[in-house]
Amino acid sequence: MVTINELTDDEFLLKGNSSCAGCGATMAIRWVLKILGKNTVLVMPAGCVSVFQGMFPASAFGVPVIDSSFGAQSSISAGLAAAYKVKGKKINIVTLAGDGGTGDIGLHAVSAAAERGDDVLYICYDNEAYMNTGVQRSSLTPYGAKTGTNPEGKMEWKKNLPLIMAAHNITYVATASVGFPFDLMRKVKKAASLSGFRYIHILTPCPPGWGTAENLAAELGRLAVRCGIFPLFEVEKGKLTLHKVSSRLPVSKYFEVQRRFEGLTEEQLKYIQSRVDEELAYLEQLEKITSKVSKAE
Amino acid sequence: MAGQKTKIFDYTAYSLPTEGSAGFTGSWRSKRPVIVDAKCTKCNLCWLYCPEGTIIRVKGKIPIIDLTYCKGCGVCANECPSKAINMEDESKWLSK
Ligand code: SF4
Ligand code: SF4
Repeated sequence: MVTINELTDDEFLLKGNSSCAGCGATMAIRWVLKILGKNTVLVMPAGCVSVFQGMFPASAFGVPVIDSSFGAQSSISAGLAAAYKVKGKKINIVTLAGDGGTGDIGLHAVSAAAERGDDVLYICYDNEAYMNTGVQRSSLTPYGAKTGTNPEGKMEWKKNLPLIMAAHNITYVATASVGFPFDLMRKVKKAASLSGFRYIHILTPCPPGWGTAENLAAELGRLAVRCGIFPLFEVEKGKLTLHKVSSRLPVSKYFEVQRRFEGLTEEQLKYIQSRVDEELAYLEQLEKITSKVSKAE
Repeated sequence: MAGQKTKIFDYTAYSLPTEGSAGFTGSWRSKRPVIVDAKCTKCNLCWLYCPEGTIIRVKGKIPIIDLTYCKGCGVCANECPSKAINMEDESKWLSK
């Protein structure tokens, strides 16, 4: 449990940076760093966050940042983790990358780091496209969403990266959403207390990229969970725990407020609804099956 | 250079933590958040949700908004459970 009173007043993502107004990723990273504190080193590839990190000689971060080439972030954090181990220092080594940097361009190195069990906390902020370069499709852009490279809407389903990471049998996998800050921070706190490769996937709505009002990031984060589009779950020692949503909303509630989903047909909506239902049923089954698993350490 | 201590930072370009790394971002704002004191319950949820961290919480008092950097996104107004924050036109304030 994390409560608002125990949160520090210190800021590690400093105000006056160049992130867009109402940015969901800024929101999430501010909370993540409030939990992790100053004993943290960030490794970041290209992405929105590496843009609003600022230009030399100013950094918007209150903790050290190492900028990596696109896709090499996990290799660099592997080296850092090894170096700190030799030095005998306990530092939170955090790889912070977007959905494109994690699911497309960096996947090989991320997968290798997970397989080796590097002592790293990997945070993927998922804004569902390459946003800072002007909204191009990634493998995590959802079905039906329009991007610069998919003006008619994406025809493929979103890659399920958290489950891919869980299949690596790593220490901890969790999904989180900016709509549920206390749940998000509890997961970060838990991940920070563990060692080995830990992965947290955060849905971070992007007002300009998604075509929404600037004040909606947290609300969209809530809607995505309540509609079942972005289920919240944790996988620890092979056991999956699904956060149940009591009265689920129809997916159209989530789409209504986003211009990127404009013009979805009735059939497409039906298709999305049925696939979302199927995926939730699949996760429920996984929860049942894995509850019996007791993995040898 | 055996035995000699090298200060690596003397030779490496590195950035330092800076507020306003993108300038006074308050100038981006077209709407200004204004807290209605009578409605505020001092829950500090606006402080929590503000993506910028431009809201300053003061124990037992109504939070203060740092207008030098507030980008006017309106997240605070949307998340305030008491609807105590109004987004007012910036132009109205400029002419005051
Ligand atoms: S969220 Fe609203 S009620 Fe709570 S402290 Fe902020 S202005 Fe006051
Ligand atoms: S309008 Fe946006 S940037 Fe300004 S105080 Fe509210 S949440 Fe923060």
